[in-house]
Amino acid sequence: MNSYPALLVDVTIFVLALWVGFEVISKVPATLHTPLMSAANSIHGIVLAGAILIAVTAHNAVGYVIAFLAAAFAAANVVGGYVVTGRMLKMFRRRPTLPATSAAPAVGAAAAHPSVNGDGPAA
Amino acid sequence: MSTFDWVIQLIYVLAASCFVLGLHLMNTPATARRGNQVSAAGMITAVAATLAIVVHGNLISVTGWIVMITGALVGSAAGLYSARTVQMTAMPQLVSMFNAVGGGAAALVGVHDYMNAGARVSATTSVTTLLDVIIGAVTFSGSLIAAGKLQGLITSAPVTFPGARIVNLLLAAVALGLGAFVIASPSVGLLLIIIVAALAFGVSMVMPIGGADMPVVISLLNAFTGTAVAMAGFVIGNWALIIAGALVGASGGILTKLMADAMNRSIRNIIVGGFGTGDAAAALAGGPGGDVKSIEADDAAIQLAYASKVIIVPGYGLAAAQAQHEVAALAEELESHGVEVSYAIHPVAGRMPGHMNVLLAEANVPYPQLREMDEINPEFARADVALVIGANDVTNPAARRPGTAISGMPILDVDQAKSIIVIKRSMGHGYAGIDNELYVDPKTNMYFADAKKALTELTAAIKTLVG
Repeated sequence: MNSYPALLVDVTIFVLALWVGFEVISKVPATLHTPLMSAANSIHGIVLAGAILIAVTAHNAVGYVIAFLAAAFAAANVVGGYVVTGRMLKMFRRRPTLPATSAAPAVGAAAAHPSVNGDGPAA
Repeated sequence: MSTFDWVIQLIYVLAASCFVLGLHLMNTPATARRGNQVSAAGMITAVAATLAIVVHGNLISVTGWIVMITGALVGSAAGLYSARTVQMTAMPQLVSMFNAVGGGAAALVGVHDYMNAGARVSATTSVTTLLDVIIGAVTFSGSLIAAGKLQGLITSAPVTFPGARIVNLLLAAVALGLGAFVIASPSVGLLLIIIVAALAFGVSMVMPIGGADMPVVISLLNAFTGTAVAMAGFVIGNWALIIAGALVGASGGILTKLMADAMNRSIRNIIVGGFGTGDAAAALAGGPGGDVKSIEADDAAIQLAYASKVIIVPGYGLAAAQAQHEVAALAEELESHGVEVSYAIHPVAGRMPGHMNVLLAEANVPYPQLREMDEINPEFARADVALVIGANDVTNPAARRPGTAISGMPILDVDQAKSIIVIKRSMGHGYAGIDNELYVDPKTNMYFADAKKALTELTAAIKTLVG
């Protein structure tokens, strides 16, 4: 491994990761494209790791300002991204949520009656 | 390599695996939440490993710690607050903002590294640093403009001026040309000029793009952000950043392509701007003429309540009227009368990829009812009523003929339904600026009203008339 220049190794990893990305993401249904984009957004919050590492080498006022901004941007990206993705995905349900504890399968026409609109936890 | 370095690298590989697995689990709504959790776990691991590097090497000054921690706290608070409070209709703006800060942070990493390395920077590092800084800066300013347009702070109409294209080219030339020069002779001053040019390019790239093209623009900027983060990974030699950035770049790339295809436009065409400009072909192509029939709430209600299968076609108009809860209420009322209801979702319904699904999910619509275009199209022929709400161009059968502004655009086969009700405020044109032949179809009845009001009236009418 040491015999290869670092850049070559990095490029290899980058290209392979791109292909993995194409492969995995092309299987995501259109229904989930917004959460997908938001999830991808949270993943690029990994730049927080970069922001942490530059705080190490900062040694003057300009460096500290840059490190502060980078840490703030990246942290907003990570935290906000994961929270909002989770919030969205929580709303995707297989069945309409029934109020209270009427979890039992409703019999016949009874299924129709409970008017749950707007009562769900998402409201 | 010390044992410590080994462990850290392996932890990064673990984190990267979590990202891939997390995205993989998003292939069904049932597992998607777990996917997000797996991905978040990977993120926590990667950040912890990075902090371990810093602590282990005792590398950081007290000031450094304070700066980093306050920065992270401020950012986290802002991110958490916006994520908790954002309305689902405003998701595109939020995603744009996250693109902006992600791209901005990536650019800052590059700038900082460059300033530190100074004249000692090697040519290969320079290339990746410059790519990082340029792409990051373009993403930052471009995403801010996109968010401003979506939020209505900046006009969503295309903003152009004579010579705009030349200015764009000039800015790109300055950024890239100076970039090439800087590789040969490193200079922090020139890097700053490059950043300014890149920021200006981001603004001038997004300003001429109209509101309806936003799904494409957001996707493209998402791909840019991913690429910028990957470049930042090259700069600081961190594989976690490279892999994560590549994954996001791939995701943004795929979505950009899907959106552009669904709107029947090339990406170049969107960036250059102007849809259907000077396209008189629509009139020449000669659609079938005919009269427009209008319908009142009571008649429409009866038609819907006595149908056995209804397909609802929600479009941007529904999102704009914030009527997703009203449409869900109507659907529920219909189901209580034994009507089979499903939703036909065009890929570009809403203002970002998949936006309409989120809006309907928020209104408690179960996701099995949300059907993608290819899946639902064959079912229109079996539908007694297709209820079109605020969707226009994506239902226009003219797309199937050559010679119109929307020829070749994938559409929902609404005209195959046995009858059609269109809720719309007026006979106004859609984005493509052409007449919708669906509206003059003998099977079509137009219900002229605001989406929210119309849906409330329909639900009430069904309750009174049918019980």
